[in-house]
Amino acid sequence: MRIVIVGCGRVGSRLATEFAAEGHRVSLVDQRQESFRRLPERFPGQLVLGTGIDEDVLRSAGIESADVFIAVTEDDNTNIMAAQIAQVVYHVPKVILRIYDPERAEVYRRLGLTVICPTRTVADMIEEQVREGHPTRVSD
Amino acid sequence: MYIIVVGGGKVGYYLTKTLVNEGYEVFLVEKNPAKVQVYRDRFGAIVMQGDGAEVATLAAAGAGRADVVIAVTGDDEDNLVICQMARERFRVRRTIARVNNPKNEELFRKLGIDVTVSQTNVILSIIEQQIPERPFVHLMALRHADLAIVEAKVAEDSPVIHQPIWQLELPPEVIITAILRHGELIIPTGQTVIEPGDELFIVTKQQREAELRELLTGPPA
Repeated sequence: MRIVIVGCGRVGSRLATEFAAEGHRVSLVDQRQESFRRLPERFPGQLVLGTGIDEDVLRSAGIESADVFIAVTEDDNTNIMAAQIAQVVYHVPKVILRIYDPERAEVYRRLGLTVICPTRTVADMIEEQVREGHPTRVSD
Repeated sequence: MYIIVVGGGKVGYYLTKTLVNEGYEVFLVEKNPAKVQVYRDRFGAIVMQGDGAEVATLAAAGAGRADVVIAVTGDDEDNLVICQMARERFRVRRTIARVNNPKNEELFRKLGIDVTVSQTNVILSIIEQQIPERPFVHLMALRHADLAIVEAKVAEDSPVIHQPIWQLELPPEVIITAILRHGELIIPTGQTVIEPGDELFIVTKQQREAELRELLTGPPA
């Protein structure tokens, strides 16, 4: 598969490393050169310096032939715009993005994007742990 | 009419000021607390600190009853999301986004933003209108109908001079709506004869522009 990832933070660099190790063609887009330091030394994928909301940048990362597009920068709105470019303009078959704000996540999920909301997910997991691990204290 | 402006840079500030002076009910949302303080001194309680892409901020600004939301921050991605959130969550009927990168105008339109304003394109069209020898100028696009208004100056060597309009082989979906001749406005009929120096104002389907240009100015050199 050809996979384009926007945002080379902890999540982006990890995904890129794993997909590349599995033999997929990976392109990584990030605004800052130093972000690419998170990658292993012999990273086989393509690195593109630039913003993920610029179509010229995305084209040079191969968005036109991408099977999967992943937007995981630190900025919700950048991810939202990048993902919509991938979906609406380039018709990438699978578009996945991260949105921290649960309200925004809900809106864009309804608009048909595959949204991962870590805030919601982590809160749910913690809530579940609390309920399972600590039943309500009964006063003696 | 209730208007929410998001983004208190220079554009947002002067826009708010102008709208207030015009008598509109306006509310300004700005992220930077220092700016908010300054604007509060000038505008009073119609300024709020907050992130306009957040539901809580939009709700507090009264987006539920807003007729228009205008996003004029310096970041296109923020302007896009502010408008989309206003429309999707608060059913705001009209959303206007400032577009900093002119390439994004088309994208924003596809994504449901009603009006986009690109300073770059505005300045470009002004420059085009100022250059007298340009025979064919695109004045504006009427977005939803896929129409454009163009202005064409009829040159001495134009293939259409001394012909009545009914004889012109105008492409379908093209109408000459007005003619400016020696500073006078003429509403043309089929009998009106085109003269050199005429300025034609034409409503056309956008995809007919090239054809129309060729008819009026001759085939490209």
